[in-house]
This record gives sequence, C-alpha cells and structure tokens, in this order.
Amino acid sequence: MEQLFHMSALELGRKIRTGELLVRDVALSYMERIKEIDPMIHAFLALNEGRLEERITEVEAGIREGRYTGPLAGVPVAVKDNICTKGLFTTCASKMLEDFIPAYDAEAVKRMEAEGMILLGKTNMDEFAMGSTTETSYFQITVNPWNKEHVPGGSSGGSCAAVAAREAPLALGSDTGGSIRQPSSYCGVCGLKPTYGRVSRYGLIAFASSLDQIGPVGKTVGDCAALFEIIAGNDAKDSTSSNHPLENGEDLVSGGLQGMRIGIPEELADGIDAEVKKGILGAAQVMKENGAQVETFSLGLTDYLIPAYYIIACAEASSNLERFDGVKYGHRSKTAAELHEMYRKSRQEGFGAEVKRRILLGSFVLSSGYYDAYYLKALKAKALIKQEFDKAFEQYDCILAPAAPSTAPRVGVSLSDPLKMYLSDIDTVAVNLCGLPAISVPCGIDSKGLPIGMQVIGNCFQEKKILKAAAAYEALRGAFPVAWDTVGF
Amino acid sequence: MGRRIDDATMDNVELLAKLTLEPEEREKVRGEMEQILDYVEKLNELDTEEAVPLVHILQEINVFREDVVTNGDGLADAMSNAPRSKDGQYMVPRTF
Amino acid sequence: MAKQYETVIGLEVHVELATATKIFCGCSTKFGGRPNTHTCPVCTGMPGSLPVLNKKVVEHALKLGLALNCEINQYCQFDRKNYFYPDNPQNYQISQLYLPICHDGYLEISVSGEKKNVRIHEMHMEEDAGKLVHDEWEDCSLVDYNRSGVPLLEIVSEPDMRTADEVIAYLEKLRMLCRYLGVSDCKLQEGSMRADVNLSVREVGSQKLGTRTEMKNLNSFKAITHAIEGERERQIELLTEHREVVQETRRWDDNKESSYGMRSKEDAKDYRYFPDPDLQPVVISDDWLKELRGLQPEFQEEREKRFQKDYGLSEYDAGILTQSRHLADIFEDVAGLSGYPKKTANWLMGEGLRILKEKGMEPEELSFTPEHLSDLILAVEHGEINHGNARLVFEQILEADVDPVAYMEEHGMKVITDDGALLTAVNEVLAENPNVVEEFHSGKEKVFGFLVGQVMKKMKGKADPGKVNEALRGRI
Repeated sequence: MEQLFHMSALELGRKIRTGELLVRDVALSYMERIKEIDPMIHAFLALNEGRLEERITEVEAGIREGRYTGPLAGVPVAVKDNICTKGLFTTCASKMLEDFIPAYDAEAVKRMEAEGMILLGKTNMDEFAMGSTTETSYFQITVNPWNKEHVPGGSSGGSCAAVAAREAPLALGSDTGGSIRQPSSYCGVCGLKPTYGRVSRYGLIAFASSLDQIGPVGKTVGDCAALFEIIAGNDAKDSTSSNHPLENGEDLVSGGLQGMRIGIPEELADGIDAEVKKGILGAAQVMKENGAQVETFSLGLTDYLIPAYYIIACAEASSNLERFDGVKYGHRSKTAAELHEMYRKSRQEGFGAEVKRRILLGSFVLSSGYYDAYYLKALKAKALIKQEFDKAFEQYDCILAPAAPSTAPRVGVSLSDPLKMYLSDIDTVAVNLCGLPAISVPCGIDSKGLPIGMQVIGNCFQEKKILKAAAAYEALRGAFPVAWDTVGF
Repeated sequence: MGRRIDDATMDNVELLAKLTLEPEEREKVRGEMEQILDYVEKLNELDTEEAVPLVHILQEINVFREDVVTNGDGLADAMSNAPRSKDGQYMVPRTF
Repeated sequence: MAKQYETVIGLEVHVELATATKIFCGCSTKFGGRPNTHTCPVCTGMPGSLPVLNKKVVEHALKLGLALNCEINQYCQFDRKNYFYPDNPQNYQISQLYLPICHDGYLEISVSGEKKNVRIHEMHMEEDAGKLVHDEWEDCSLVDYNRSGVPLLEIVSEPDMRTADEVIAYLEKLRMLCRYLGVSDCKLQEGSMRADVNLSVREVGSQKLGTRTEMKNLNSFKAITHAIEGERERQIELLTEHREVVQETRRWDDNKESSYGMRSKEDAKDYRYFPDPDLQPVVISDDWLKELRGLQPEFQEEREKRFQKDYGLSEYDAGILTQSRHLADIFEDVAGLSGYPKKTANWLMGEGLRILKEKGMEPEELSFTPEHLSDLILAVEHGEINHGNARLVFEQILEADVDPVAYMEEHGMKVITDDGALLTAVNEVLAENPNVVEEFHSGKEKVFGFLVGQVMKKMKGKADPGKVNEALRGRI
C-alpha cells in the first residue's frame, strides 16, 4: 500500500480506471494515513469523514456507469479552508469563522465533484490567507514535512504540507501574493497559480478580490495541469471569470523546451539566499542544455512591487472582511449590548493580529485624505509594473525566478517583524498584480535539507507555455525525494 | 516631528475598521503600521504622471446576467449560521 | 427691516427599478414575501459569494439618463461604499461614485405655467439595503434581506429648486418619465421612490450657498412640503439668532411632522469608496445607445399635443389621458378600434377615473381588452344598450374584462331592435288606450310621453326610445 501514497494523482486515476486500484481502498488508505501522520504535521483542520462512505459509493457507481470518465475520477483531494464546502466547516483558520458551515460549494469544489474526485478534508492556512508561514492560523501551526522545526510556508501551508507528507495526492490552494507558489517551494511540491480569471472565485472567501486565484498543488506538473483543467473555465457566477479558451489535457504539458525563450530577471535573482540562487541557475542551465534560450534581463520597477501589492491587498481586504460582523454568521461577542460595540468587540475578538493589522492599514490607505497618495498611487504603479511585464513577454515565452528568496524559515521567527515578512514576498507578488500564471517547481535541496523552488511565469492565459516548460524541466530533473520527516511513515 | 499616525488618526482608523484594540496592542500595531507606511512610500519616487490607474487586469467587459429569477427560497440557508435570530430574521442590538 | 431669505434645494431621489430580479443575483424583487425568503448567498453577504450585474438595470439607467438629457459615461464601473450597518449584509454597498453611468443632464419642470430647467448632477446604479424592524418584546432589531440588492437608480440634482412647489413638480415629472419608460412604478408610499431633500437658506441676492442639511424618510408629497417649510423656518431662525446651521442628516417624523438630527459618533461618514474589484467595467457602445434612443417612447408633452391634433381632444382631456402612458395607450387602442375618440376619452376620464379613484387604483393597474371597451362604445352609439346599463357593463369590463356583447345578451340588457316586437307593442298600447289616443288627436301633445312609457313598459325597457318614438308617431 505504501506505493499508493507515492503515486502521482494521474497514475492513481489511471489505476482506478483500469480496476487495478479500488476507489474505496484509495480513499480509505489516505484517510488512515492522515490520521496516522497528521498529528505530527497538523495540515488538516477538518476531515470529511462523515460523508466519505456515501461519497465513495457514489463515485464507484459513477465510474461504473460511465458518468465519471476523467483522468482524476476517484482521486482524493484536500481543499484549503478558505474555499467553501457545503456542509463542512470552512473557517479560514480564524476564530471568526470557527463554527461556520457553508450552505453551498465553491465552484471549484463543484467541478472536482463533477469529475468524481473525493474530498478528504480542509487544510490549515494563515488566517484569511494573510501570512507567509501558516503560523497566523488561529487553530494550529502546520510544520514542514521536510523538517518539523520549519514552517511549510503560506498561506496555503496546509495544502502543500499535506501533499508533501503524502496525506493527499492533490490539493487546492489559493494564491493572492504567492500563497500557492511559496509554500509549494518550501514543501518540495508543485503549485500552479492560474491566470487571474481562469478559475472561478465563487466560494473562495475573498482576501483581495483583484489578486486572489484558486490553483492546484500536486506532486508533479502533470498532476497540477490535470486538476487545473478540471477547475478552470468560465463561471457565470463570477464576473471576473474569463472566457479565454483552454488547451486540454496532455496538450497542456507536451512540447518540450526546444526553441523556448526564457528570461531571468536579475532583480529577482540577486540579493537572495546563495543556495537558492544556485538552485535556480542550475535549473536554468538544464533548460538551456535542452534547447531553451536562457538569459538574464533587467526587469524594471521591482522596488515598487511590495509597496503596490500591500497597499492594494490591504485596501481590498479591509473591505472584503467588513462582512464579518457577528450578524449573519461567525463570531459574535457575548459581552456587547450596543450595535457598534457588538461590531467592534466581535471583530476584535474574532480576528488575529495579522488580519487586524492589514484591515487597519487598508482602512487607512482608503480613508479620506490618503486615498490618492496611497491607493490611487498603487493602482498607477500597478499599471507601470504591468507594462514592464508586457515588455518582458515581447522578448520571452517564460520568466524564470525563485519562488522565494530563501528556503523555509524556522517556526516562530517570521511573525515578529511584519515588514520583513512582507518583503520576503518579493518574488511572488508581481504575478498577482499583473494577473499572470506561474508555477512553482522543486529544483533542488539546500544544505539544511530543505527544498528549493523555482517559478516559471507566463503571460496571461499562457498556462500551456509554463506548464510545458515546467514539465520538461521536471522530466530532466528526475523524481524529487520524499520529505525526510515523513519517510518511514 | 509628530508621529505619522497620531492618536486621532488611530482612533479614526479603528472606527472605520470597527475594531477596538487593547492599549498595548494598539501601540504595537501603530508602530508596525508606521514602519510599513514608511516603506510603501517608496512609491513616491515613482513618476506616475502618465499612468492610468489599473483596476481591472481582465479585459472582459459587460459581464451581465439576464433578468430571470433563478433562486428559490433562501431562508434556511440564510439562517443556518446566524448567531442570533428570531422569526427567520437576524437579531441585532436595537438600531433606533 | 427683516432680511429676506431664499431657500436652495437639491434632491437625491432613489428610484427602485421594475426588474424581476435583484441587481447582482437571481433573487426575486417581489414585494411581500416572508422575511429572508427572497435571498441567496449573494444578497445575504455570505463569504465567497460574488455579484453579477443584471443587464436590465443598465438598460433602465440608460433609458432614464437619455430622457433626462444626460451625458452618458460610456465606460463606467461600480464602486464600494463602505459603512457598517446591519441592513447592509456586506457592510459595503455596491454603488457608483467615480464613474457614474450618467451625468450633467436636466429636467424641465413647470410651476403655474412657468418653465424651468433643473440640472441633473449625476445618476448612478446601486443596490438597496435590507429592512430593519424593531422588536419591542426582545428590545432588539430584526433584519430581513428580501429588499437587499433590489436595484436602485439614484438621481442627484443640482441645488436648482427654490420652493416646495418646484420640488413636487420635479418629482411628479420624474415619476412620469419613469413610468412612461417602464423603469419604475415610483410609489412614494411603498418606497419605490424616495426623495432626500438637501436644503439651505441664504440671503436673497447672495451667490454663496449656505450650510445645508439633508432630510430623509420623506414618504409623501405632503411630508416633503411640510419638511421643506419646517426646515426653512428652522434654518432662518438659527441664522436670525446668529447661530450656526450644522451640516447633518435629519430624519423626518411623519407623526410629529418635524425632523430631528441623527448624529452618532459611530457614523464615520468616510465611506472609503474604491472601485469594486468583483465587477468588470460596463462599456456602452454607440450602437447600444442608438438602439436605446430608438426605443424611447413618445413622452407626455409630445403625446398631449398629438392627441389634441389627431383626435380633436381638448388640452385638458389630452393632458389627463397622457398623465399615464398606459392610460394613453388604452385610449389610442380603443379610439382606433371604435372610431369614436371623444366618446372613448369621455368613458375613460369620466367613469374610468371615477372607478379607479373609488378602488384606490392607479391607471397602470387597468388591464382589459381594448376591443371590449370599443364594442361597448359601438353598442351605445348604435343604440343597442341604454346608458344606465352601459355604465354597469363598463364597470364589469374594468373589473373582469368581460366581453360586453356576451354580457349584454346574458343579462338581457340588449335593446330590442326587432321591429315586429316593437310594432306589436305599439299596436297593443294604441288599442288598449283609445281615450288617450283621442286626447292626443285633440291636440294634447303631452300624452304622447305616456304612450311611449307604456310601450317601453311592454318592452321591459329593452327598446331604443328613439325607435319607440318613431314607431308610435307612424301608427298613431
């Protein structure tokens, strides 16, 4: 059975279709493994045990009767806890939503269910996806399966740790400023942030609406592409979902590196951890030797990425999180008698420090007298940054960059200096500001034994280009090791 | 030089955000906010004279819904997570 | 000598649009459902829900904008207005500030024959809030989101009005436009038209605007008139006493017939408007505008003139009939079918409006087949029914859309035109009353009426008096 946990999701799907593996065995084995290993990793916040039997039966019948014929039919999946699951706790890892059970499924969840995938449970995250370590979760700290002294990254730390620890073959994360790519790199797994508008945000509890995007986390590029294909596509319930056509299946990852023009922005590759830089340049070398044209180039305005990103993200967050007021759902203070006191106390008690700081910052930059100087200025900077990327994509098919300036930091060090933590998002936020697709792929292991991740970034709606470059590199790289701290489990 | 975020500003931001921070927490957050605002003011170096604020990354326009009723009775779902309710309505401290 | 003051008034009018569904979700806008039954994740502000714009709302906004002679922002978008209040499930209202759909228009009003343009500053689309009711028993408020997300247009005028009469004229004109366009039914009592009055006073001759207050919760023309008069007096009194007018929002209390300030230290008044990232921009092409221009109806003034010219109606009649587009449409249909425009006008304005008034109905609520009224008018003209019975049938048409021909048959109201039956009756009456016939011949013309009455009696009233006369004259 151990083999099962190391198979790719596509392989699991194939074996289920041919009858070599039973849907029931796969689902129950994963559930057992979660119970065995998660007390050590703390990746999950809730398990879908109550309805698992029923769902297994449904999927078995669906496959038998030819309703579920896709490549991931019968494959289990974990879902980040800011994505609504009907009847199953969806807490955003916040005290505010500790008891919240949505009455509806997010569109991405619906689409996975319609393909016969099986929901295992909900994964831990930074509270309301605000953070880079999964330490701002109200409930628990997820640890890195490669070294339990280190964080898994964030905010989709639970999803990435779960895949790395083989607690789930696939997972959904969300990415607002790197929240899929950075923890994927810290955990040695693949994570795709799709083009803004590719995947419906309906049912994704919003952090920053213009930046948020749901994406897949998997062991391989192929797995990510397969899940991406399932969840992508226009949704009439999300006005910001695109109609842009998508290549299907195998086409997404095939083609190789031949003739591909790849640029490495000096500004993102410099001033980072030497081992990470070595890892990225090593990967670049491999790609170069296999037919790609790789060169470094100067990407302008990188000094302004973090300021523009945090102003916009905090501004939107301050508005998006206003709905958490203790009236319709969520935490309501027991001690407040008057209306506004109830609002203030419920929010004061329900939100953690990081969330409050961002709400306050966002309220400030939108407030009268500051709007033009901060928020509007940031939108203008965003326009100029977008132009820089447009220029870069005239030269290159893909941009290669680190997914983070370092490997996973130790638990307990990042939160004490918020600005420093924000600055560590330098490699990932541009992608969200410009709506670009990007995938994080493991490309090495540092001397501390922690994975290094590289990021392949494409122009809008060019997922195919980055997926095929990443898949080609992955094939050349060979199988990536299993997270050390989970070996033997 | 006065503090960037004086007491009145902090009061106002808390009012807007509907938060009442504990005194200690408030001082800590104030310091962090000042530090972050100092940093993001890097943007002032950037000449944005010619730039048009970019709100929507997506090109899509006129995303419409037809005027057709698609939803039925939403009462049970609306109330299923309500901290306090009465007669199918959310209960809040008196508003007037 | 006491100073002379001038009142300066601008209006913010909210009009609830006549759409089947809410502005951002597929929930019904119908009135009267049990609390929170017309709701979904979107209009109850559930986490993860997203808005999708109802196309009809944009069309309605454009139609009214064109009718108000506005410039159209062909690129417009929605903004979030952030404030905490329980009637607002997201604690932000989706509205428009930076690029409203329409701006810089005007509405021509007329007060006692004097015409005047009131400039429109801007008009925007937004969502309505839910309803709060106070629960005395629990000493709390209860929230119902059935109205949350119902589409509104807010029409903001410039401070161009000076009297309550002008304000009423403006509102009546706006209401008529909306109704002609089918954009809203604009009922003040039901809240589908709401007017907030911004009022300041200044010394006559001064160009500077005084400090204004905003009055809310005005749900009748009477309330608006009284509120304006009261607020004018209050402000003048303050100024006379050298006290300051405070810029504030005041709530009208219909029972007390006065307004009071509604300040709270928790009212931030800093709405932190910013473009809503959940909604893509609305781009209005020239073609779309052209198409909508082509669909604009003939408005009241034009139609009033045409009715006088084409149907020979008086200015008064044409004016009344065109107050409602629906009534005017009915008139045109029936007049065309029957060929008796003046009679049609008489029926609709006399009996028709009387019945509506009795039943407390609006002309918009009339719904009957135009052929039915036309048939009735023709029956009257052809002497097939007498006036008394025709009125009864008319009432039935308005109430139940009955077919007058069938109804007359069924209820024996049809005038008998069969000459045989009439002649028999005449012969019988003449034979039965030889003395009276004698008196007639000796010159007592008066007794003729008696004989007519006798014939009518025999015919059970179902004879055309003209024909009875004619037959009697011929036989006597």
